[in-house]
Amino acid sequence: MSVPTDHFEELESVVIRFAGDSGDGMQLTGTQFTTASAVFGNDISTLPDYPAEIRAPAGTLAGVSGFQVNLSQHDILTPGDAPFMLVAMNPAALKVSLPDLEIGGIIIVNTDAFTPANLKKADYAANPLEDGSLKGYEVHEVPLTSLTREALKGLTTLTTKEKDRCQNFFALGLAFWIFDRRLETSESWIEHKFAQKPEIAQANKIALEMGFFFGETTEVFRRRFHIRPASLPSGTYRNVTGNEATALGLVTAAQKMGKPLFYGSYPITPASDILHALAPLRNFDVRTFQAEDEIAAMGSVIGAAFGGALAVTGTSGPGLALKSEAMNLAIMLELPMVIIDVQRGGPSTGMPTKTEQGDLLQVLYGRNGESPIPVLAPQGPADCFDIAYEACRLAVRAMTPVVILSEGYLANSSEPWHIPNPDDIAPIEVRHPEGRSDSNGDAPFFPYLRDEETLARPWAIPGTPGLEHRIGGLSKAPITGNVSQDPRHHEQMIHLRAEKVARLADAFPEQEVFGPAEGDLLVLTWGGTFGAVRTAVTRAQSKGYDVAHAHLRILNPFPRNLGSILRNYKRILVPELNSGQLAFVLRGTFGLDNIMPYPNLHARPFKIGEVYQKLQELFSGE
Amino acid sequence: MTETISLELTRKDFVSDQTVRWCPGCGDYSILAQMQKVLPELGIPKEKIVFISGIGCSSRFPYYMNTYGIHSIHGRAPTLASGLAAANPDLNIWVVTGDGDAMSIGGNHLIHAMRRNVDLKILLFNNRIYGLTKGQYSPTSRKGKKTKSSPMGSIEQPLNPLTLALSAEATFVARAMDTDTVHLGEVLRAAAAHEGTSFVEIYQDCVIFNPNEWAGIDDRRTRPDHVIYLEHDKPLIFGKNNDKGVRLNGFKPEVVELGGEFSEKDLIVHDETSQELAYILAHMEHPNYPPPMGVIRQVRKPTYTEELMGQVRMAQERKGVGDLQKLYHAADVWTV
Ligand SMILES: Cc1ncc(C[n+]2csc(CCOP(=O)(O)OP(=O)(O)O)c2C)c(N)n1
Ligand code: SF4
Repeated sequence: MSVPTDHFEELESVVIRFAGDSGDGMQLTGTQFTTASAVFGNDISTLPDYPAEIRAPAGTLAGVSGFQVNLSQHDILTPGDAPFMLVAMNPAALKVSLPDLEIGGIIIVNTDAFTPANLKKADYAANPLEDGSLKGYEVHEVPLTSLTREALKGLTTLTTKEKDRCQNFFALGLAFWIFDRRLETSESWIEHKFAQKPEIAQANKIALEMGFFFGETTEVFRRRFHIRPASLPSGTYRNVTGNEATALGLVTAAQKMGKPLFYGSYPITPASDILHALAPLRNFDVRTFQAEDEIAAMGSVIGAAFGGALAVTGTSGPGLALKSEAMNLAIMLELPMVIIDVQRGGPSTGMPTKTEQGDLLQVLYGRNGESPIPVLAPQGPADCFDIAYEACRLAVRAMTPVVILSEGYLANSSEPWHIPNPDDIAPIEVRHPEGRSDSNGDAPFFPYLRDEETLARPWAIPGTPGLEHRIGGLSKAPITGNVSQDPRHHEQMIHLRAEKVARLADAFPEQEVFGPAEGDLLVLTWGGTFGAVRTAVTRAQSKGYDVAHAHLRILNPFPRNLGSILRNYKRILVPELNSGQLAFVLRGTFGLDNIMPYPNLHARPFKIGEVYQKLQELFSGE
Repeated sequence: MTETISLELTRKDFVSDQTVRWCPGCGDYSILAQMQKVLPELGIPKEKIVFISGIGCSSRFPYYMNTYGIHSIHGRAPTLASGLAAANPDLNIWVVTGDGDAMSIGGNHLIHAMRRNVDLKILLFNNRIYGLTKGQYSPTSRKGKKTKSSPMGSIEQPLNPLTLALSAEATFVARAMDTDTVHLGEVLRAAAAHEGTSFVEIYQDCVIFNPNEWAGIDDRRTRPDHVIYLEHDKPLIFGKNNDKGVRLNGFKPEVVELGGEFSEKDLIVHDETSQELAYILAHMEHPNYPPPMGVIRQVRKPTYTEELMGQVRMAQERKGVGDLQKLYHAADVWTV
């Protein structure tokens, strides 16, 4: 058959996975492919998946690092279920990814890595390239290592090891050719990244180009693909991960309050990147503080909030467990602050690099005493920006700590973010009571005299004359805030703090429903399951199923109309990456018995296909 | 900046409307009284003063001061104070803590606040017992100490607050006693004047659960023979009649009588800047040695907030004051 290499097959969307050893630079390769596609104008959604060990034994199944990207000419909401193309740098990568691959999909393997030793490390009894087990796929055997070495032959100053490190760029170049991407963004990235090491920069650029030319000149690849730019709303876009978007949202909120941003945190996967994103922003008066542990981080945030800064901390489940005592102090002090929990597989240290939604009950109820705290959850990477800003706004409005429940999946995966004009973002109103001249006089200042509308207490900051006051974690009397063990005071303050949180529902839009306002089935979700479920519900609706979808972005307080929405459907399905925590809360809150938990405990995001199948089952079971 | 109304402050300005509720005879009273006496002399506007404490009898302190304050949670006061200092570097922040609060549950935070040199004045009220929880041994209790939780005697090696502070690179380390009020006042003044972390161990009497802890050194009449008052650049002389001193015998300090074999010239001369000497002094414990009182070490190093705000200023000079528009676009962008 002749090879029409300038002929493109048009695809609406495609899912590609790059997989290799954790030392192979697959995250980088994936990110570069994503950027090139994003700049080209596709809608994109990515899913990095890497081992918890920094260096798992090379070549083993445990050491496989993958990066999946979905690019589309449509608005897409997930990184996609099944890759159409897999680039496998070694046998282990092939073995781990193959079960996910689309039937008939394309596989590019680095044959140089298919040595007996590597096959053994990947637990292959026979070479899959030779035993027919890849029948049904379009397999391209490419000796990536030797080709890269050959391409870099002229660079005599580099060691073979240094040359081999460029093979991911060779693979990237090849992928660029197959999917008709331009090299420029990656070329300028390389130049910038290796500005201090010109030979390395040159080597990577050569590898990238040679990969591209390899596609063009050899007749191995019969098929090339084209995905047209997506028709996204007009505007300027960039790619953001959830953690980047969170950091941007926090800085924006601080600027919109006219406050320094204090971020006190202790490193933990997958939250650390928020700290990494904020630390270089000192020129925004961002004061990052790497605390000695999560308890200290939480304490520092309370101190900073008392001092009048926009105070934020971020962590993951195990760190949040440590923070809980100090979170309760913050609740008693009634100071505004934001606490971010980027959830990961638990319990205990669990699965640091895998995603889960297992901390909902922890943030709602995991503290001693009556301890109400508002909880917001972003639905996608870009939404982290809006949620971060909202959390800051609500914290200041009600003078209360607010929790953001993000997820490892959202934190690391990325999608295009429609860059807003900062001038269009509303300022956040902050009120500090003014100083008083009778500083040394007798008129007492009442630190717990509340705003009638919001029930917030005044945010009087040290340095203001005449407002000197003492607050603490002991039970206190209303208005004066003096220590009090009076049972009526105790009860009244519990009610006030709860009511204050409940009233935040006034400051948040009512719940919306996607699909019929009443009927048979409502699928109710929160957090990062949004994309897969919305896509599955859309598909089901187009097949005529009577199904609606509601997605919660605020989990405490619930939107005012949530109860009445739930009563409009015969059945309610609650898919969650836990054993049914939201479902449990909804049953308890609304006393409903038609709530069906749909738990997923794989510590991986839902796939569209599995949710759709669940919906099919529900309707065929009637 | 809001300017202050009046700096003519008196003791009364620092007395809050709350009734002080420590046991009668508790050493905490005299520390409170000294604090309320010293603060008006410092020339610091009252509204800039903040007291932060943890949990314990001593940690009730902020309620009794008519300043800003937080009574926080057990052991964590240094963390709140550090965040507050970073948010608001202008403030004059005092941390009040007990030996259990600071060194048991809060040991980690204590050392980190000191090593960062956050501008805090940390006062550790050391009664070598848990007061609030009614008399268990603490991390500073002596080995063999019999308490409700150590009926056969504590088998744990006690921590020495001063050497801990020195190891954590505290830039100001001092000691005083609740009963020696004049000297306590002097130490508080010196601590207040220091920029960076001031760490002051205050021997404090828990008359209920550990009444005899300071026997031998707390009696005003015999004290001069049993403690040594440090002064920078002065030889280590003590005794009612200035007839005793401390010299170095090899690496070991040794108490000597003056007048006979030894004279002033043989004695150690106090040097607040010497970390080595500080360790020697901090290890001199009653009853084998006269425990030193006063400033053991004092050096000036950049504080945490000086460095932090220095970076903010430098970043703003280099990159310009943060601009959201630029920040949002600092990546590969595309336009649809
Ligand atoms: C998390 C936590 N654990 C334990 C306690 C109980 N607790 C309160 S004060 C205290 C010890 C206080 O001793 P110390 O710090 O020496 O202060 P003192 O009362 O002697 O002034 C303990 C164990 C607590 N409040 N919080
Ligand atoms: S128990 Fe001891 S430390 Fe506490 S108030 Fe009474 S005397 Fe003071």
